[in-house]
Amino acid sequence: MWSSEVTNMIITGIWETLYMTLVSTLVGYVIGLPMGIILTVSDKDGIKPNAVLYKILDVIANIVRSVPFIILLVLLIPFTRLVVGKSYGSTATIVPLVIAAAPYIARMVESSLKEVDAGVIEAARSMGASNFTIITKVMLVEARTSLLVGATITLGTILGYSAMSGAVGGGGLGAIAIRYGYTRWQTDIMIVTVILLIILFQIFQTVGMKLADKFDHRK
Amino acid sequence: MDALKDINLTIGAGDIYGIIGMSGAGKSTLVRCLNFLERPTDGQVLIEGKDLGTLNEKELRKQRSDIAMIFQHFNLLMQKNVIDNICFPLQIQGVKKKEARAKARELLKTVGLEEKEKAYPTQLSGGQKQRVAIARALASNPKILLCDEATSALDPQTTASILELLKSINEQFQITIVIITHQMSVIREICNRVAIIEHGELVENGLVEDIFSHPKSKAARELILRDVPENSGKAEGAVAAQMERIQGDKKLRIVFTENSAFEPVIANMILQFGKPVNILRADTKNVGGVAKGEMILGLPDDRHLQIDMEQYLTEHGLEIEEVTGDVE
Repeated sequence: MWSSEVTNMIITGIWETLYMTLVSTLVGYVIGLPMGIILTVSDKDGIKPNAVLYKILDVIANIVRSVPFIILLVLLIPFTRLVVGKSYGSTATIVPLVIAAAPYIARMVESSLKEVDAGVIEAARSMGASNFTIITKVMLVEARTSLLVGATITLGTILGYSAMSGAVGGGGLGAIAIRYGYTRWQTDIMIVTVILLIILFQIFQTVGMKLADKFDHRK
Repeated sequence: MDALKDINLTIGAGDIYGIIGMSGAGKSTLVRCLNFLERPTDGQVLIEGKDLGTLNEKELRKQRSDIAMIFQHFNLLMQKNVIDNICFPLQIQGVKKKEARAKARELLKTVGLEEKEKAYPTQLSGGQKQRVAIARALASNPKILLCDEATSALDPQTTASILELLKSINEQFQITIVIITHQMSVIREICNRVAIIEHGELVENGLVEDIFSHPKSKAARELILRDVPENSGKAEGAVAAQMERIQGDKKLRIVFTENSAFEPVIANMILQFGKPVNILRADTKNVGGVAKGEMILGLPDDRHLQIDMEQYLTEHGLEIEEVTGDVE
């Protein structure tokens, strides 16, 4: 039963999982990074407080984050179909993954940026730095390590979500695990996919932390 | 509740102006009003006649490059090395990288850290970090340098070397320096003028020499009395008991000016009255580069004798004033 077809299927599964995870995280950052920056900046002790703007983003982030991902997947099916044209497969899964990842990333970014020493920001202001300069040259640079750690954690979470999407027609290793392990009782295939997911997670985690460490000049 | 109230100060170009007060007096807020990091709700801040309140955001940012600032905790960018930290204000102003680097290297020489160019702030001592911060502050050729408790996190030796550096910068670049501190010693060492702030109000200001010799306000007297050498440990046991007794006595603070230091006035007074006095503290302090003697005497219990002694001292040209409370 361990034919070359199964091997090929698993290799495809690895690629699909990587594709979903990396693309979703990347697109998630395109939305989540600015959102996190705006949350930090517009907060009451931020560099440009704006209570209304903060509250709007805060509520959006909370709503999306409070819906369990598996339910979000189902809820978003019409929207996914609108964007991608179909609601199953790896590409379709990217849509709900991005929607789930963006507010998660925004919170990660927000907490990283809030760690930046207020004194350093004040020093930059005293030099005549604009808010844009403070964000790009001070906050993002000083929080670099923390941001990379956040990205690593995010990648791990999205990897988990991508596997979960297998339950409702997503692709990748998660779909294989559910199809063979749950539907067909082929435990061996399920175990292989789980081991592969563990290995992928380890790789993400190790590389991410190494990078974060390499760019940290505080020690 | 106002953080600051009725503060009228004029700081002359080239001054090293000290602003002193206990913690919570409002001095940090005051210094932040000088570059509008804190926007005062009322009143004006004029820099070379220009009212900061009338400037728009962009003009204000431009003005700030003329007013550099250093901080108690240095506030260096921890993820950038020394040279990039110094280049940072120039980067903000859009100076070309090569030019900025050349300028930064020159400044590293000024602050004596040429060999630390590539080091990161974590690898530096507190004194070195403050030197980098000073170099960074000088990068934009400011006219004014604000120092917010710049030596409070440093040990006495490092403090002295940083103060020396500030003084030489004041002379070399003709930069007006405003120093915020709670330590009278800092004021004495390098300031020519001082303002004393208490509960958000200006209680006294003038030449450091004058205020050191005749402090008028209670706040000034307290700050001067607190100004004791760092290494004077607290007394224990029998000594403490004895000090307690002494502290009940009537005490006088005497400041010797240059000429009176030659005449043995105290010895003569003891000989004349035939009664001993207690010398509770005697010290020579550097006030703006001039050595000033300071002494605290405990007088005998006899009220008449006290009056006579005070009179004797005044007649011999000494500045005296009564000290209340503990001598630390």
